Amino acid sequence: MNAVTVRNLSKYYGKSLGIKSVSFDVKEGDFFGFIGPNGAGKSTTIRILMGLISRSGGEAMLFGNDVSKNKSRLYSDIGYMPSEPLFYGNMRVGELLKLSARLRKADCDKEAKLLCERLKLDTSKRISQLSLGNRKKVSIVCAMQHNPKLYILDEPTSGLDPLMQHEFYSLLEEKNKVGATILLSSHVLIEVQKYCKNAAIIRNGSILVSDSIENLGHTEAKRVSLKCNSVFDESLYKCRSIKDFSKSGDCLSFLYKGSPNELISVLSALDVEDLSITEPDLDEVFMHYYSSDGSERKSL
Amino acid sequence: MTLFKHELKAGCVSLIAWTASISALISVCIFIYPQMKNQMVDISKAFSDMGSFSSAFGMDKINFGDFMGYFSIECGNVLGLGGAFFAALLGITALSKEESGHTADFLLTHPISRLTVLLQKLTAGICQFVLLDAVVLSAIIICCAAVGEKPDMGLFMLIMMSYLIMQIDIFCICFGISAFIGNKSIGIGLGVAVSLYFLNLISNLTDKAEFLKFITPFSCTDCGYILENRCVNMKYLIVGIAVSVMLASVGALWYNNKDIS
Repeated sequence: MNAVTVRNLSKYYGKSLGIKSVSFDVKEGDFFGFIGPNGAGKSTTIRILMGLISRSGGEAMLFGNDVSKNKSRLYSDIGYMPSEPLFYGNMRVGELLKLSARLRKADCDKEAKLLCERLKLDTSKRISQLSLGNRKKVSIVCAMQHNPKLYILDEPTSGLDPLMQHEFYSLLEEKNKVGATILLSSHVLIEVQKYCKNAAIIRNGSILVSDSIENLGHTEAKRVSLKCNSVFDESLYKCRSIKDFSKSGDCLSFLYKGSPNELISVLSALDVEDLSITEPDLDEVFMHYYSSDGSERKSL
Repeated sequence: MTLFKHELKAGCVSLIAWTASISALISVCIFIYPQMKNQMVDISKAFSDMGSFSSAFGMDKINFGDFMGYFSIECGNVLGLGGAFFAALLGITALSKEESGHTADFLLTHPISRLTVLLQKLTAGICQFVLLDAVVLSAIIICCAAVGEKPDMGLFMLIMMSYLIMQIDIFCICFGISAFIGNKSIGIGLGVAVSLYFLNLISNLTDKAEFLKFITPFSCTDCGYILENRCVNMKYLIVGIAVSVMLASVGALWYNNKDIS
């Protein structure tokens, strides 16, 4: 069963396009990354899923239920983190966490205490005294303390220091292992590649591709990096199978798409000291999509 | 009732400040009454000679020499204006503060419907006016006992009730407007309260402007009418409540489908 189903979802702000015909599925138990730069439509999609804004067309469903219906029942099993969390400034962290739990009619004291300890969050501080990072931690606890079945997280790690980012992902992995579904939006590709199983890339309000992380990174092209002592042959630059060529001192890096024998033949002319041939990382796939219209992916 | 309690707690300091201010001002008015009592015959005559000015404030129909007359003008203006400003501020920020403070994302993504949010905020607001008027009433009773006045409790309760209804009406009107606006709402709220107050003054000046009494909730606090007839003017009361309920409902309908920015 799909935890999240988005079908031909569109949103217009007056005449201005927010998203257009966005479709993707997040299966139960998935760890799904929603990738795109600022303004691509990630938050718009998530805000429609959370019932904060209405859709202009299409379908948005959580666990098979339309998000515009039975909201109070539907959102009891969802933990949401907005990209810029803001709370009631005059409240203390502990009071806010209790308010969130009471709004869910749940007793979350034990889990909240555990999460606050792991995230090193001081519950006695006033919200107005908190930095962005600490407000993010409050938002994490609010989203997790009731152990929901689905986490919808909008750029969750922005503002968190690297140690807290690591702790946050450890928490998410633990929740995912016990069956929770995670949908997170991000433009930090390395974290999506490291933790997500599947991902969708959105650009200018439209989904370019939705696939497993493995398939997104897997292309016919290989990233070749080498260090050599000899002077580079000009033919290397002109080889049609080589793209995205870069040179720094003795080091060379390029994308190669062609016959392995041809590559060996080209490299045999060089005095290679060190060599690595890898799959292009998600960054390169992402950059490819954002530097072209995406239709050229097959040629990568 | 979680949000109801949260709203009461959040508005606690503001409620205490407004209640204390209104109670203190009314207490001062009552405490100076014994000194002013002997001069009231001359003051009443002076007011009756002021023509339209007296009419605007309803002083042409009231005996200033009597405690109830004095109370309804002096204390009525304090409770009327103070209560109306508090009602306007509370109503206009009830929903808009969640958007301007960006806390709507937190609140509305919990398993609680927007209709429940609206009803609990509305109930919490109304509850604050009942508390305010109850404390003010207690202060008035204590002050009356202190200065040795024994007001007609029936009339007294009617006047207090009319002010409570006026405050709730203004709160509902501003609550409805609050659903349509995101920020910079306080100016709008105060503007609404002041406008409604002046509409009432204008409606008292001439019969041609009597239709304005159907627009402004201040018309049901006409103490001259209450003292004379021992009841609130029902036609203004019913229309006022109907208009307030309608505006609050329109606001609620709009808010229920509104995009949260």
